[in-house]
Parts: sequence; structure tokens; C-alpha cells
Amino acid sequence: MPPHEAPLREASTEDLRELALRHGLTVSGARPSLPAYARQIWSRRDFITAFATARLTAQYSQARLGQVWQVMTPLLNAAVYYLIFGVLMDAKEGVADYVPFLITGIFVWTFTSNTILAGTRAISGNLGLVRALHFPRASLPISLSLQQLQQLLLSLAALVMILLGLGEFPAWSWFLAVPALLCQALFNTGVALVLARLAARTPDISQLMPFVLRTWMYASGAMWSIQHLAASGRFPDGVVLALQCNPAAVYIDLMRFALIGSYTSAQLPPHVWALAAGWALLAFGGGFIWFWKAEETYGRG
Amino acid sequence: MADPQSTPAPAHPPTPTPTVVVDEVHVTYTVGGGSAGGRGAATAALSRMLRRGEKRPTGRRVHAVKGVSFVAYRGEAIGLIGSNGSGKSTLLKAIAGLQPVERGQVYTDGQPSLLGVNAALMNDLTGERNVILGGLAMGMSRTEVRERYDEIVDFSGINEKDDAISRPMGTYSSGMGARLRFSIAAAKSHDVLLIDEALSTGDARFRRRSQQRIDELRAAAGTVFLVSHSNSTITETCERALWLEAGTLRRDGPAKEVVAAYEEFTATGATTGAK
Repeated sequence: MPPHEAPLREASTEDLRELALRHGLTVSGARPSLPAYARQIWSRRDFITAFATARLTAQYSQARLGQVWQVMTPLLNAAVYYLIFGVLMDAKEGVADYVPFLITGIFVWTFTSNTILAGTRAISGNLGLVRALHFPRASLPISLSLQQLQQLLLSLAALVMILLGLGEFPAWSWFLAVPALLCQALFNTGVALVLARLAARTPDISQLMPFVLRTWMYASGAMWSIQHLAASGRFPDGVVLALQCNPAAVYIDLMRFALIGSYTSAQLPPHVWALAAGWALLAFGGGFIWFWKAEETYGRG
Repeated sequence: MADPQSTPAPAHPPTPTPTVVVDEVHVTYTVGGGSAGGRGAATAALSRMLRRGEKRPTGRRVHAVKGVSFVAYRGEAIGLIGSNGSGKSTLLKAIAGLQPVERGQVYTDGQPSLLGVNAALMNDLTGERNVILGGLAMGMSRTEVRERYDEIVDFSGINEKDDAISRPMGTYSSGMGARLRFSIAAAKSHDVLLIDEALSTGDARFRRRSQQRIDELRAAAGTVFLVSHSNSTITETCERALWLEAGTLRRDGPAKEVVAAYEEFTATGATTGAK
């Protein structure tokens, strides 16, 4: 029945391309331009939020205590670190309000670390979805970052209870936590995008990440004070400043500054808000572009 | 998705509009494994790291599709037949843009959607979540998904015996999973829909329903490609067929003729097909 089978057999390459272009066909699997890609992501915002919520609730669906673990996990983490660093190693020496200091540090760090770990699995852990349906792939790492942000908000609710229990009273400075969190969330998403691309190509990255993250955690002062390192004089000032300016330390310290009354701006590195915003924009912008550059390759093979 | 018997194939408009143009396409890919160069062997991994700078050092190259050209038009259902490993699935992936082409070019109208058997969606989430998230990922709005939800679940038929839709998708049988996936993907009208063996796992009733849906999609000015090892499915669903053998296009024409030639080829085991 189709009248076109015979003539097309002899059609030359030029004719076929001409035919395709004349009818406005586009090359299959080509990567959209960056603005078009950003628009596609925006049009999938419903998917991004629904996916994040679905993941969040599915996380503990096998556990008996269910969603209670959302709050229990960070609290138990804080208890373990308090036992080791607060009691055994006595890192609380000279740190005012060590318990809030520690718990804030752990929760804020966990946000960054979990987002990055989720990023490494964003593509490789959802290959079924990536291969079955067409959607801008950056939705996945962005959605998983959003899931971690939701998780952090639950942890923060627990943190506020602890702070109130320890006699920290709500102050206007608590509102500073909002811009700090926004910057951190942007930064985390950017790094997650970078790692999603890396791990999609090289699965070994996800084996390596826990070690990188642990080193980063200890270097960022999540459970000890970088100031004390400076005071000890064992390291040159440049090293201490570099530690203080690393993004994880910046976000942890900003959060402590916002929430803990005895944590003063003297303990923050210079130009701390510029640093926080700079890291966020650099990571998110760079990560988004870097991820987009390989958009057409995800799920192949 | 009403019940009446399959609608007649839509008549071609006077000047057929192409939706897929496949232009002298060659596809090669690298497979790991098999030899000592496989992933996982420690020595191989080491040598791979040492040769990092070179381009794609491991594995064997498979030249799966060797210079295939054809044009598909709006409203056509095209069957792809050929023995195992003849490059059918690879060709579909190339059309969907999921597999890079080595030479040549694939032009399509809009974004083709590929429906395969082994593409599980999200195993740890319930069927219900999969329907909602799948719809949203395809670009439907929340209200659209809510409106189509019952239709999708009814179409898949997985809720007929028990409340399977509230169980995690990982607990489904392969047939149920394939049915739900097809139902989700078919809920949206696609310009080009590529179906890779996805219908062969369903039971007879589901096959009949999906055949109707394919006809509807075609009537909505789409083009459907169907890979199947069941010759009867091809002749019932498609009016045109492409026969691939060892990566080359052996024959392109009316489904009945091509299938007959293919059946003759498989029956005699001949190595040179009649052209």
C-alpha cells in the first residue's frame, strides 16, 4: 500500500536530508540549547517536587517506625558524635554551648553530604526511568537535592526543640538561617549535578565518595572548632583560613552564627556572606552547565 | 480507550508528511565483557586506568546497523522483523536518540518515545506513584495526570484481581510491569512511538486493547514502530514492515509481503534473500 517504498530505496543521502529539513524534522537525540533546557526543567517542576516527596516517604517505608526515622537518624548521629568528640576526645573544651554547636554542625553537614551522595546515584540509580521516558535529566539530581532539603527541614525542627530545651531562645538572628540554607541548597545541588554526570559515566565514583566526604567533614569543623586550630598555632594562618573558607565550613558556621547566641561574628571568616553566595552561584551555575553538556548521553549503552 | 473493534487504518493524506527520516545510519557500540577485557576483572581495570587517555579502550566493537535508510510517514504503523541480533532494537534506540549513530543521521518530528521490555520504572515505589510520576515526567500537568489516572490503571488491567496498584512495582510480575509501563507511556499522544517487544508479555486481552490504542495513536497523526517476534502481531497491527538481517535492510514494503518473505527465509534457512 505505501507508494513510497521503491523510489526511496534509490534516494541519495542529500535527498533524504533535504526531505527531513523541508518538513522541519530535527536530529534525534540532539541536546537542546541551554535556555531551552532551563525552560524544560521549569516545565517539569511538578515532577521534581512529586519525585522528591515520593522518595522521601519511600525511604523508610520498610522500617517499623516508618517516618520517625526522619528525625531519629540525625539525632542518633549527633549522639554518637557527642559520645566520641564531646566525651572521649574532649573537643568541647573551650567551646561554649558545645551540644548546640555539635548538633548544628552535624545536621548542616549531613545535608551537604547526603545531597552529594544522592547526586552520585541520581542517574545510575534511576536508569529504568531514564531509559523509559523522555524528560530533562537534570530533574533527577535537582529533585533528589530537594528531597534532602525537605529532610533537613525535618531535622531542623528537631534541632529547634533541642535548642529550646538547652535554653537557647528564639532571636531575630534565627532568620539568618533562611538565606544561609538557600545558599547551601544551591551549592549542594550544583555539586550533586557534577557528581551525577561523573557517576553516570564512571560508577566507581560512588565507591570513592564516602571517603572524600569523610575527609571533607573532618576538615570542615562539623564537630570541632576551627578557631582552636588557629589558636594552637600548629598550622600557618593560610591553612586555617582556607579551611574556614571551604564551602561546607562556611555554611556550617553561618548556621551556628544564626542559631546559637554565644557564637559570634568574630568566629566567622571575613566576607562570609559573599563567600556563601559566591560558592552557591559558582557550584550551581557550573554544575548545571556541566551536567547539561552531556545531556544526550545519559542512559545510553 | 473505548472498546469497539480496531479502527480501520487511516488513509494517507494526498502528500504524506514524513515523521522519521533515517539517512544511511550506521550504529556501532562497544560491549564490555566476554574477553579478559571485561569490567570487574582487577587486571583489566588496572590496564584500563593506565590507558585512560585513549578513546574507549576496552571491549569489542559491534557494528549493529549497517547503512539503513528509510522514511516513515504520519499515520503509519511499521513493524520491524528479523532474527535475534539483527539490529532491530539498536535501530529503535538510535531513532529514539538513546544510542549515538556512527555515521548518517536520524531526523524526527518531535521527541520519539521508546517503550522497551526491560525498562522498569521505579521498583521501590507503588504502582500508583509510578503512574503519577511517569505522567509528570512525560510533561503532563498535575491535573492532567489526575484526570487520566483511572483510565491508565483500567487500561493496564493490573487492578483486575486485587489491589496491585498500591503495591511496590518491584513485586509485579514481568507481564504486569510491562502492561503498566505501556499504559503510562500510551496515555500521552506521541508523535513517534517506538515499541520494543513490550506487547508480547501481556495476555491476549491486553494485546487486543493495546492494539486498539496503537490504532488510536496512529489516527492522532502519530507514527508507531513495533518490534516483535510474533509475525501475526506484525501483520495484524502494521501495514508496512521492515526486515532487518545482520544490520542491513533486507526488505521494506507491505507487511504481509515482507512477513511472507521473512517466513520463507526462516523456514528454508536460506542465506541469500530474494530481492
